[in-house]
Amino acid sequence: MKSNALRGAVSALVLAFALSHGGPALAQEGGFGGQMVVTYKDDISTFDPAIGYDWQNWSMIKSLFDGLMDYKPGTTELIPDLAESYTISEDGLVYTFKLRPGVKFHNGRDLTATDIKYSIERSVNPETQSPGQGFFWQIKGFDEMASGGAQELSGITTPDDGTVVIELSQPDATFLQIVAINFAFAVPREEIEKYGLDFGRNPVGTGAYKMTEWALGQRVVFERNADYFRDDAPHLDKIIFEVGQDPSVALLRLKRGEVDVLGDGIPPANFLQEKNDPANKGLIVEGELLHTGYITLNTTEAPFDNKLVRQAVNMAIDKEKVLRIVNGRGVVANQPLPPAMPAYDTAFEGYPYDPAKAKELLAEAGYGDGFETELYAMNTDPNPRIAQSFQQDLAAIGIKAEIKALAQATVIDAGGQGAAPMLWSGGMAWIADYPDPSNFYGPILGCGGAVPGGWNWAKYCNEEIDALAAKADGMAGDDQADARIQMWSEIYNKIMDDAPWVPVFNEVRFAMHTARIGGKDIFFADPIHIPVHYEYVYAKDAE
Amino acid sequence: MLRYLARRLAASALILIGVSVITFALTFLIPADPVRMIAGRSASPQAVENIRHQLGLDKPIPVQYANYVIKLAQGDLGRSYVQKTEVSRLIESRLPATLLLMAGAIFFEILIGLPAGILAATQRGRLLDRGVMIFSFAGVSTPQFVVGLLLLYVFANLLGWFPLSGFGTLGHLVLPALTLGIAGGGWYSRMMRSSMVEVLRHDYIRTARAKGLSGPKVVLVHGLRNAILPVVAMIGLDIGIFMSGAVVVESVFGWPGIGQLAWLAIQRIDIPIIMGVTLVAAVAIVIGNLIADLTAPLIDPRIRLR
Repeated sequence: MKSNALRGAVSALVLAFALSHGGPALAQEGGFGGQMVVTYKDDISTFDPAIGYDWQNWSMIKSLFDGLMDYKPGTTELIPDLAESYTISEDGLVYTFKLRPGVKFHNGRDLTATDIKYSIERSVNPETQSPGQGFFWQIKGFDEMASGGAQELSGITTPDDGTVVIELSQPDATFLQIVAINFAFAVPREEIEKYGLDFGRNPVGTGAYKMTEWALGQRVVFERNADYFRDDAPHLDKIIFEVGQDPSVALLRLKRGEVDVLGDGIPPANFLQEKNDPANKGLIVEGELLHTGYITLNTTEAPFDNKLVRQAVNMAIDKEKVLRIVNGRGVVANQPLPPAMPAYDTAFEGYPYDPAKAKELLAEAGYGDGFETELYAMNTDPNPRIAQSFQQDLAAIGIKAEIKALAQATVIDAGGQGAAPMLWSGGMAWIADYPDPSNFYGPILGCGGAVPGGWNWAKYCNEEIDALAAKADGMAGDDQADARIQMWSEIYNKIMDDAPWVPVFNEVRFAMHTARIGGKDIFFADPIHIPVHYEYVYAKDAE
Repeated sequence: MLRYLARRLAASALILIGVSVITFALTFLIPADPVRMIAGRSASPQAVENIRHQLGLDKPIPVQYANYVIKLAQGDLGRSYVQKTEVSRLIESRLPATLLLMAGAIFFEILIGLPAGILAATQRGRLLDRGVMIFSFAGVSTPQFVVGLLLLYVFANLLGWFPLSGFGTLGHLVLPALTLGIAGGGWYSRMMRSSMVEVLRHDYIRTARAKGLSGPKVVLVHGLRNAILPVVAMIGLDIGIFMSGAVVVESVFGWPGIGQLAWLAIQRIDIPIIMGVTLVAAVAIVIGNLIADLTAPLIDPRIRLR
């Protein structure tokens, strides 16, 4: 991803948005007021936007904090948020953001340009230990600050209180996505200094909600931020998150009206029964995640260093069978990108399920008698059952795969160290950080991720494709957007020819809520605000 | 007595040091890197090494242990790797629920175990004895999540007598405490029965009977006092066990105890929390045993602490 190729080869671009206060009418459905109760099994780890990086706190942090950019609710379309407008220089290197006036932190102070600079620098500062540090690689001065040498990013300047200028070291077409990511959200310096490492438990942002209570291990309460800058959100006055709740018990409570939304979704054991129950009509919402479940094949070691073997495995796996194991909660995948992601190639056919052809390919590769290998998988249901299904499929073409079902961290470690010949990603698969095709490449398929400890578990490194990816991400011009997406489609098609992965299925999420809570279906399965867009769902019994 | 106490406390300190060394060493055997879990999936090798250095995890293990113990001596259990919160504070926040559940569970264990054990002992070999023993066997061997979900479904969902899940009122406590009490009560009743059977054979019981005392009075006054000691020792152990959390019951009933904290920490390889919970549990087991031993002479004056 990091490359200096194509510096300056970006065409002219000046983009300006000017949006009036409150923005366009995004979602006017539903009234205001009322409350809802959401349950989760696990306690929340933190609300610090520089630290929080799990699917549970991701959307909550988005409700407490804001960044320069955000997404139109229910879509992957970027819109200005704390920024009111922005311009990009012709060479694609300088982004100038004009801040929306009158935005206040929950502590009453006005947001200024220095807060934006401070907040991004805080995520880059090595002392913060932010898992999001690497996303800001393209900002000028990143290397100096990330290595602990510089105390600030020389690329971010604030000519006045209402203007932030960010200079990049090379054009990056994904940069607007980067300033929309949680790690770039605005935090007030005085509160960080007051709370230190405990800021994550005492969050103060500019978001639609403010946190008013956190009883560790029991309950978190969000209440409406009366000073929020958008008029159309949030709808609810109060959200109560109850944590430590068993999903099956939460379902019973939902039926009694004590709980409104199951944060963890419908428990697998109850899924079919609930889905087929006519009483639940309209209460179960189906939504595509930006997720792909895949088997990685370690391309650096025999026999998977042989492309024919990898292609054979791609033809040997019966993906429909896996969908039956997960009760149909997914769609068959044939490429790394999920269907909801831009650059997903609908015309791409991928490898057919064809064990006979697979056997031929194996014979051609010199493994006519098959071979023995190991398949790593996470040890929580349904992953061991899915691994067994793969095991049967592989046995049918002569490959004896021993299943290593282990704890999540152990599997991730084995993948990172290149110790796993085959690895089923279920339970730890890639879910997009931001809705751009490049996010499915760098860390998990690019050379940068193919290092010890990296997430490229196939250890796949094709320098030709790496160069193409860098070229695509250098195409930052608005008029190049379509060509760039086209290029990414081609990149993934090329990758599938090399077959470092067997893409298996894309998860479909089924959320469930009470009839009392309303909102467009997509808000219960928002691609960005996973799992619920807390700002736009509403209570029907509220005035 | 004082000398006894001093010796026990010194031994306890040694036990705690041993536990801390073993736990600390074990965390290094986990085939996964906690730093990777903090750094996230997109981190560069440089960022990973930076975090490792900041946490002092790049130092030799004995040095890391020494640093941990020095902080521990100052009452500092460190901060969670993932949440960044002080471990002492996380444990503290779970303490009320943990202690309450412990008290409730032990209450039900005694309430179920003692009468059942005494009844079985006095009716030895008869139908009632067999019935009680079958029930206690079932109580001991049924998995807690089965008992828990069953109680929850019947008494909370169908009958609505108790809340389904959560923490706060006495009503919330009953079902999780009862679930633990059924399993523990099974053990208690078996222990009580065998101990009571043994005691009832003694001469002084025959003497008491010969004096003309009624059956129940003999058993409860002369028998119970002598037979209860093993049960008291068991309560001492239970205090320690419940302090390290009742993971299954806590998760079925959404009970915010230490078990849930520990379980989540293990999944996230949050070593400071794992260490902290283990140490607290070890201290509790030591103290529980000590209390049981100190109570013994109060119940049976023949016992002298030396």
